Amino acid sequence: MAAARKRNQTAEVPQTVGRLLSAKEIAIACGPGGVGKTTTAASVAATAVVENGGRVLVLTVDPARRLADALGLKGIGNQEVRIADEVFTEAGVTPRGELWAAMLDTKQSWDDLIALHAPDEETKEKILANPLYQNISGRFVQSHDYIAMERLYEIHSEGKYDLIVVDTPPTRNALDFLDAPQRMADFFSSRLLRWLIVPYRSRLVNIATKPFYSIADRILGTQFLADISEFFILFQSMYEGFVERADAVTRLLSDRRTTFMVVSTLEATPIREAEFFSAELTERKLNLGAIILNKVLPDYLRDPKGAKLAQHIADEADTLAEGLTDDPVVAARVLGEVAESFLNFGIVARREAEQQAELRGAPDILVTVPFFDADIFDMEGLLRLGAQVWD
Amino acid sequence: MMTAAPDLLQLKLVFVTGKGGVGKTTMAAALAQLAAQNGKRVLACEVDAKGDLSALFEAAPTDFTPREISPHIWSMSMDTEASLREYLKLQLKIPVVGRIGPLAKAFDFVATAAPGVREILTVGKLCYEVREQHYDLVVVDAPASGHIIGQLAAPQAINDLVKVGLIRGQTDWMLEILSDPRQTGLVAVTTPEEMPVNETLELVARVKEETSVRTSAVVVNGLLPELFGQREEEIFEELRVRKVEKVLSERAGGSVATILEAARLAVTMRRTRAGHLERLQAGLPKELPVLLLPYLFTRVHGLRTTRQMAQALGEELGH
Repeated sequence: MAAARKRNQTAEVPQTVGRLLSAKEIAIACGPGGVGKTTTAASVAATAVVENGGRVLVLTVDPARRLADALGLKGIGNQEVRIADEVFTEAGVTPRGELWAAMLDTKQSWDDLIALHAPDEETKEKILANPLYQNISGRFVQSHDYIAMERLYEIHSEGKYDLIVVDTPPTRNALDFLDAPQRMADFFSSRLLRWLIVPYRSRLVNIATKPFYSIADRILGTQFLADISEFFILFQSMYEGFVERADAVTRLLSDRRTTFMVVSTLEATPIREAEFFSAELTERKLNLGAIILNKVLPDYLRDPKGAKLAQHIADEADTLAEGLTDDPVVAARVLGEVAESFLNFGIVARREAEQQAELRGAPDILVTVPFFDADIFDMEGLLRLGAQVWD
Repeated sequence: MMTAAPDLLQLKLVFVTGKGGVGKTTMAAALAQLAAQNGKRVLACEVDAKGDLSALFEAAPTDFTPREISPHIWSMSMDTEASLREYLKLQLKIPVVGRIGPLAKAFDFVATAAPGVREILTVGKLCYEVREQHYDLVVVDAPASGHIIGQLAAPQAINDLVKVGLIRGQTDWMLEILSDPRQTGLVAVTTPEEMPVNETLELVARVKEETSVRTSAVVVNGLLPELFGQREEEIFEELRVRKVEKVLSERAGGSVATILEAARLAVTMRRTRAGHLERLQAGLPKELPVLLLPYLFTRVHGLRTTRQMAQALGEELGH
């Protein structure tokens, strides 16, 4: 059904990423790793500043130095910084608004969150000093997922930006970050948490929890369990604040003003992940706004006439090369290589086109971005990519 | 090649990792296939189970119990809960047959609370298979580069965090296997593209600093063929001159413009990639072997690709 709509060019609202983002406050770029998510998010944000004006923030989780370079920054940190207008004017455009950038610093964001929720200074200090906390906030992968969404919520609720473009952390499962807020809430309200804390508060261990303790004790050692408990007892003082917050984050993700853009390439593994991701977003009633396909090979590679011609050139290279240049031997070799290369890339292009056609549950907007000759390393490049995505 | 090819097939435990989308699973499958062809009994373990590994052998998805999916290749998917169950049964003689529900919940909780528990059960199971010598080689389709460090460093982290207890006693023999470069190695897979190269350089440095595992090789996947040498390139440019192109089109019986344009694109793509490859080689320790594997212009991924990759890998390794 969606596939039919997508190809309907006469739809009432012309569907472009540009129009989509004019009506949204948050755009979340998600999808498999290594497909240009961060760059796409940045270029969309930059283009929004040029096209729509207003105040736009790109919130990245990827510590890509090149992105900082492209934005004319020495580095990007947890605090939002404004991109100088000169960066735009040097790229030959006049920004109608302001572009800001920030990079998620997991550890710092956790510390800020603790400071926000801790009932008193002493609890705060105790938590920050707890070795388990340091482990969780620094290395724990899922904490990364949660904190990314939490930070987004925090920034959004400050009301400083017209549009926030986020790229999501590379997760084991591309969906982890969606579940993270709910998981965090479940975690704090779980019975197990209470079980675990109880024996260290009173000496009473009830029958139900005893087997768990005997196993846990033998595996982990009593001291470690005590460490865990102390940590959670401290954390429990922040329970309500956390659960409330996690719920609010979940609501924000499903808000009308939030849209998801699935970014992918047409290579076999990424596109399968992207397809799964799109289906999952729809299933969760989240707003899948667009699919953006990067690095798409040119259409002409799939032209059957071209393939026939290439085959002919490959077969008749010697004859065809005669008299074309002053070196027919090399020219024949070149023609042979050129023809073979065309046929080779034709195989890939046809496979990828097939994969694109098979995309199920595609949203109204499906954008393909051609293969760029060079890597994107400056604002000009970002805007060039952005222009492809925008209209 | 500057450095001698490492004998990956002589190792007992190989972690194959890399940024998402670089062909990590394909490479793990290819290594398993190559080892099997050389008469080894191989266990191929998928850690972030998506079922891709068994699909590369045209087999149905696997679970925690290894199954022979191809001659001499057994495959399994890591499941930390099952690993815990096995561990409890073997080590503590605690029967966990029936009521796994509450235990699973409790486990889930502890694993969430205590970082490293999940990881140690993964690495522990792999080391266990090495120690028990059920297979000649254990190939791990490991998590993407961001997560592998935590996994490999888990035994050490647990050692630091847990002062007593059974797990503590278990980490020593794991560390012994992991830190022995004759037994254990890591293969970092990358493509000659900007971000994967950056991440690989970072990964190799972090593996050295934060874990006891030795990086055995870096595999560069997806090398595009070199179309032209310098002389060919000059001639190519001559062919692209409008007048010449026109003559060629007339002779060939159709416009060759897009065919020439496609070649130009291919040359540009290759050149960009060559630059990243150079950067990779310059950034890696001199003694670390870099294996180069071609881009495969194939229609589908499956056993055919696995075979082709295994052959290319074998050639690079001198088998």
